Amino acid sequence: MSSFSVTEPSKRSKWFAGTLVILYALITMIPLAWIMLTGFKSPADAISYPPKVVFEPTLEGYVNLFTQRTRQTQEYLDANPPENWRDEIVRQYDMVIVGPSKFGERFLNSVIIGFGSTFLSIFLGTLAAYAFSRFKIPLADDLLFFILSTRMMPPIAVAIPIFLMYRQLGLSDTHLGMILLYTAVNISLAVWLLKGFIDEIPREYEEAALIDGYTRFQAFYKVVLPQAATGIASTAIFCLIFAWNEYAFAVLLTSGTAQTAPPFIPTIIGVGGLDWPAVAAGATIFLIPVMIFTILLRKHLLRGITFGAVRK
Amino acid sequence: MAQIQIKNVRKEFGDFVAVKESSFTIEDGEFFMLLGPSGCGKTTTLRMIAGLELPTSGEIYLDGEEIGQRPPSERDIAFVFQMFALYPHMNVRKNLSYPLVSQGMPRAQVKAKVEEVAAILGITDILNRPVGGLSGGDRQRVALGRAIVRDPKAFMMDEPLGALDAEFREHMAEELRALHDRMNATTVYVTHDQLEAMQMGDKIVVMNNAVVEQFGTPQEIYDKPATMFVADFIGSPSMNFLNFDGVVSEGETSVALNGHPIAVPRQMQGSSGSLVFGVRPEHISLSDAGDYRGEVLATEYLGTTQIVTLDTPNGEVKARIDSTQVAKVGEKVGLNFEAPKVTLFDASNGLALLSELNQGVLSHG
Ligand SMILES: Nc1ncnc2c1ncn2[C@@H]1O[C@H](COP(=O)(O)OP(=O)(O)O)[C@@H](O)[C@H]1O
Ligand SMILES: [Mg+2]
Repeated sequence: MSSFSVTEPSKRSKWFAGTLVILYALITMIPLAWIMLTGFKSPADAISYPPKVVFEPTLEGYVNLFTQRTRQTQEYLDANPPENWRDEIVRQYDMVIVGPSKFGERFLNSVIIGFGSTFLSIFLGTLAAYAFSRFKIPLADDLLFFILSTRMMPPIAVAIPIFLMYRQLGLSDTHLGMILLYTAVNISLAVWLLKGFIDEIPREYEEAALIDGYTRFQAFYKVVLPQAATGIASTAIFCLIFAWNEYAFAVLLTSGTAQTAPPFIPTIIGVGGLDWPAVAAGATIFLIPVMIFTILLRKHLLRGITFGAVRK
Repeated sequence: MAQIQIKNVRKEFGDFVAVKESSFTIEDGEFFMLLGPSGCGKTTTLRMIAGLELPTSGEIYLDGEEIGQRPPSERDIAFVFQMFALYPHMNVRKNLSYPLVSQGMPRAQVKAKVEEVAAILGITDILNRPVGGLSGGDRQRVALGRAIVRDPKAFMMDEPLGALDAEFREHMAEELRALHDRMNATTVYVTHDQLEAMQMGDKIVVMNNAVVEQFGTPQEIYDKPATMFVADFIGSPSMNFLNFDGVVSEGETSVALNGHPIAVPRQMQGSSGSLVFGVRPEHISLSDAGDYRGEVLATEYLGTTQIVTLDTPNGEVKARIDSTQVAKVGEKVGLNFEAPKVTLFDASNGLALLSELNQGVLSHG
């Protein structure tokens, strides 16, 4: 019995839990790894059957992702020898690079719209959540339910009315339009999540600040916000992930200036159909910002979990 | 340095009345206790004085100036919260500096002031520690430090010892009282512990069910309770209530308990019907003689004294007697009441009847 302890799990159960976690991680990571690998395959390797796990890596996908190319006559190709490794890659198909592709712009659009709407959702959501948490608001419960109900309808059901409305308002295919739309969708989540976090912060902290001679807004800014950092960070991650990955609205409402990466990436056409390595390369690059954002805020997330366990 | 006057203050939360029209005065430099059972409206009263809650009606005067509807920042009153409410994201020094920074005090001066207060409270060595890992006592000291650092006009303390271990509480109570005596700042202290209130307070307000029951010095409140609630709430064991039906007329000096005449202070108010004879356990002595008799049900040894529980014709009675005196369970003994210390109550409304004993207290309470 000496090896048994209530607080320390046994060696076997630790081993079992560890195996389970690793197995789960592998299963969820295989598709990601497959996409990353595909980004370095040649078009032929990408669609070969059976799928190739071992292949000769090439940057062709990435070159195709970032460039526009055109086929040229043999005379032209002979007269203009390739200037760099990128040219050499496209020469295999008798092509030359004529300029950058739209991917950079689309990616930038995603960044502007994703982070812009996340910031706006968090800004408005925090203020609203604080008000709902601390003040007596007439019909507070009904208002909260109304806010939540905006999330209940599937995007596809409201897409047409929004499309028509946006056309009238001149918001179609604009950054502002997409930021407002994603904020409208995210705000319900932000208000509800943040209200929960702010409810957890004892009022006494703010009251102490009021007593110490600060105004209500200063108390909110200097005492409540730092306490809510954990909640704000996790809410921001949720909002960003939604706005970043959103596809349905983006397909319908953007086509040029404000088009985000998700509707753009799968339309990358190569020789004789979709250019899978380029699509995979785009998807890989597209993953990076959310990953960095999550890693940066990870400290807050972990702290949030442990804090909750220790407090009170 | 301030006198605080509460005049007909009332607080409603929606339909619920947390404090009914209450009036009392806290004199400059007093250590003032707000005492009452949980939920009676003590915290609400304290928060109204500090400005964290605005009265529904009535006035609050700070040094003669009406401040009832002003925000806390314009009152210069410090508040020590029940759970201390130290800013968790700041270390001890920042917590103490915070009230000074809001006043725009220069840095060097803030530093000097914080160190002075830390020295008074004996927390100099923990100034750079985060507040998270502090012991209860140190948290308490930091909370006090944050209150005293800016020399406010008055201190509000909401059960400041409630979160501490029992053994540490007494020590901290002494520290608090010593601190008060040193600074002589007006202090309002909320507690539900009658012993704490009696030990520490210059004056006590006893509240019950949103109403001020009595207001006076600990001695007045103990010896001359204005209501049965106060008589019962203060003292341990609490006052004995012997119910009887009878008539008391003005000038009367005795009442009949179970047919035996018992002396009471000269009554100044007539009453009749269902009455209560109130006497503290230490104002009862037991002897073989005595017409009014009861049977010993139990004894409880307390060192120098013992508590004897007796069954009398008017109900169960507890007497505090010398522990050298022998009281055997089952024995029938005579009870003698110390007449000048007895209070009669009207059972229908719980109010004390006016007598020579309590006239001074009741007419101004
Ligand atoms: N903000 C509030 N809203 C509604 N009811 C409240 C509020 N604050 C206090 N109360 C009620 O007022 C009564 C008195 O509370 P309180 O002053 O905290 O009592 P005490 O400090 O004497 O225990 C309690 O019944 C409490 O539930
Ligand atoms: Mg209270």
